[in-house]
Amino acid sequence: MSAALDTVRAVADNSQYKYGFFTDIESETAPIGLNEDTVRFISAKKGEPGWLLEWRLAAFRAWLTMTPPNWAKLKIDPIDYQASTYYSAPKAKPTVSSLDEVDPELLKTYAKLGIPLKEQEMLAGVRNIAVDAVFDSVSVATTFKGKLAEEGIIFCSMGEAIKEHPELVRRYLGSVVPTTDNYFAALNAAVYSDGSFVYIPKGVRCPMELSTYFRINAANSGQFERTLIVADEGSYVSYLEGCTAPQRDENQLHAAVVELVTMKDAQIKYSTVQNWYPGDAEGKGGIYNFVTKRGDCRGANSKISWTQVETGSAITWKYPSCVLTGDNSVGEFYSVAIVNNRQQADTGSKMIHIGKNTKSTIISKGISAGRGQGTYRGQVKVLPKANGARNFTQCDSLLIGDQCGAHTVPYIDVYNRTARVEHEATTSKVSEDQMFYCQQRGLSAEDALSLIVNGFAKEVLKELPMEFAVEAQKLLAISLEGSVG
Amino acid sequence: MLEIKNLHARVGDNEILKGISLTVNPGEVHAIMGPNGSGKSTLASVLSGRDGYEVTEGSVTYLGQDLLALDADVRAREGVFLAFQYPVEIPGVNNMYFLRAAVNSVRKHRGEPELDAGQFLKTVRQTLKLLDLREDLLNRAVNVGFSGGEKKRNEIFQLALLNPKLAILDETDSGLDIDALRQVSDGVNKLRSPDRAFVLITHYQRLLDYIVPDHVHVLSQGKIVMSGDKSLAKELEKSGYAMLGDAA
Repeated sequence: MSAALDTVRAVADNSQYKYGFFTDIESETAPIGLNEDTVRFISAKKGEPGWLLEWRLAAFRAWLTMTPPNWAKLKIDPIDYQASTYYSAPKAKPTVSSLDEVDPELLKTYAKLGIPLKEQEMLAGVRNIAVDAVFDSVSVATTFKGKLAEEGIIFCSMGEAIKEHPELVRRYLGSVVPTTDNYFAALNAAVYSDGSFVYIPKGVRCPMELSTYFRINAANSGQFERTLIVADEGSYVSYLEGCTAPQRDENQLHAAVVELVTMKDAQIKYSTVQNWYPGDAEGKGGIYNFVTKRGDCRGANSKISWTQVETGSAITWKYPSCVLTGDNSVGEFYSVAIVNNRQQADTGSKMIHIGKNTKSTIISKGISAGRGQGTYRGQVKVLPKANGARNFTQCDSLLIGDQCGAHTVPYIDVYNRTARVEHEATTSKVSEDQMFYCQQRGLSAEDALSLIVNGFAKEVLKELPMEFAVEAQKLLAISLEGSVG
Repeated sequence: MLEIKNLHARVGDNEILKGISLTVNPGEVHAIMGPNGSGKSTLASVLSGRDGYEVTEGSVTYLGQDLLALDADVRAREGVFLAFQYPVEIPGVNNMYFLRAAVNSVRKHRGEPELDAGQFLKTVRQTLKLLDLREDLLNRAVNVGFSGGEKKRNEIFQLALLNPKLAILDETDSGLDIDALRQVSDGVNKLRSPDRAFVLITHYQRLLDYIVPDHVHVLSQGKIVMSGDKSLAKELEKSGYAMLGDAA
């Protein structure tokens, strides 16, 4: 521990020297820039064991030798990795004293989404009332944790998990997404600040959606999150990440990693609603969301389902995947991705069939409006031993207006004769006839578009947990505002 | 209720309506007949506010308002209903959900309270009974996979639910077999009322055997060339549209 403190001091001293102002040792913010000391600083700040520091350093050294992936159909301005701060405590979020001081645009959106006032205040970071709400969330969290603990479920931050359950974390961390998996995953492993850890013991069916607690806390999650969910034999959990409320953030680059592991007969349902700031109509600002999400169906008969509704971010680079290791395991991917204005999304899934009789389903619904560019990119790979493997992929694209683009790029690699792989793709436009039909029945142009788009995305939306499905529907409508004359 | 004066309209450079005048009073049923390309469907489109048509001359007054100044959705909420010749499919949107959204947008406009799912279902059941329709129509996506007859019946069903003041039926009889035609016509007849006017656009006289009009107008080359009572339709059937040669 003393060595760790020394590092903290050294780095702090260094920054004091370099920038000529005093950085308090109590400061929760790392100096600007990225080098091995930054990694050591973060690890020390978090009081991590030596093995984890080594793990981070190895990732960092690997990252230095790697190059950003360039195969996605995205235009990305070069990112200066030395210009950012890589560790900053959550309290850095600006606070205001009442909702009156919050950006009225943001409030309008909250109201349209029907988010309760108290939660609006939470999300907007209102100080006074937030105290209440924090008390609320603490008590909610406590009851919640108590109930989960009865079942032997572990649900905590990664930081806490490393302290309280080091053996579990060490066994699974990086076992699905190795530190050297890709450029952004390596960066995440080196500097991740926090995230969530979930462990569901054998035979336990998690009695609630792991969402309420997270929803409140998610507003403060960091730039580089790392989530690890392990479902032991015969267990089940449904996890919801994100928030339908728009999230603004100082950090432009978000490079998260999510790892899921299911053992024999276990099931994880992972749902995401992503609504990071997309930038303005001209494409200025906005989050780069470069995420690596992968699940390993390690045990036989296990199942992993990804459901995502992607409406935000300036650029989305994301391919939630399933490695179907166990025999008879099942992987599913349901996605709705909307791009409007100048947004870009390159998203899809990978299904890797390793075990016998493994099954996968990919349903992707891309919606492009304004000058948005949406790409579905997916891979289905059937390895030689995966007898009886089956995949069904359906990619539908919907175009709104004539300046947007939709692209479908499937990769299919089959090394087993008994496999069956199906791919269906459609591209359609919201037709003037459809719009007029709805309007002739009294619906406004915006309501008509929202209705048509929600109909298009229905197959995916119905996979979302009930409580979020309604908000997600409204979110689709809001994301498309201004795209009809 | 509806006063069309010297209406001229074109699509691109092509003038299709060349001076139509027509007065429709509440409770009346007007049939507009005419050969293909005479401008029947264009008239329906212009009245209901579809994009792509340019009115170059004339006026349309509906309940004292300038109808042409209103957007299509506002016209609908003000009580103008168009039964489509080709009802449009909307995949993934439940018919019931669609209808409730439509009915509530009209109710809201009229200052009436919106109906919740339960109240709406009640209204829907009564209407189904009135029109002798099956309930399975409701739980399918709007017009998706509907047969020709089902689509037209769904239009009449919507007409009944939306309770319009002016209903324009654009070739509702096209593509219907005799049984479906009878059922659709029965529906329309049940919906006739002293406050509601109908404009029936049709190519064939046979629809008028079932829905007996008060007035029949013959449209040819963008103009009304003949008007009369229901006997005019019979005459037309005997001699065909060729008789227009002289009149037009």
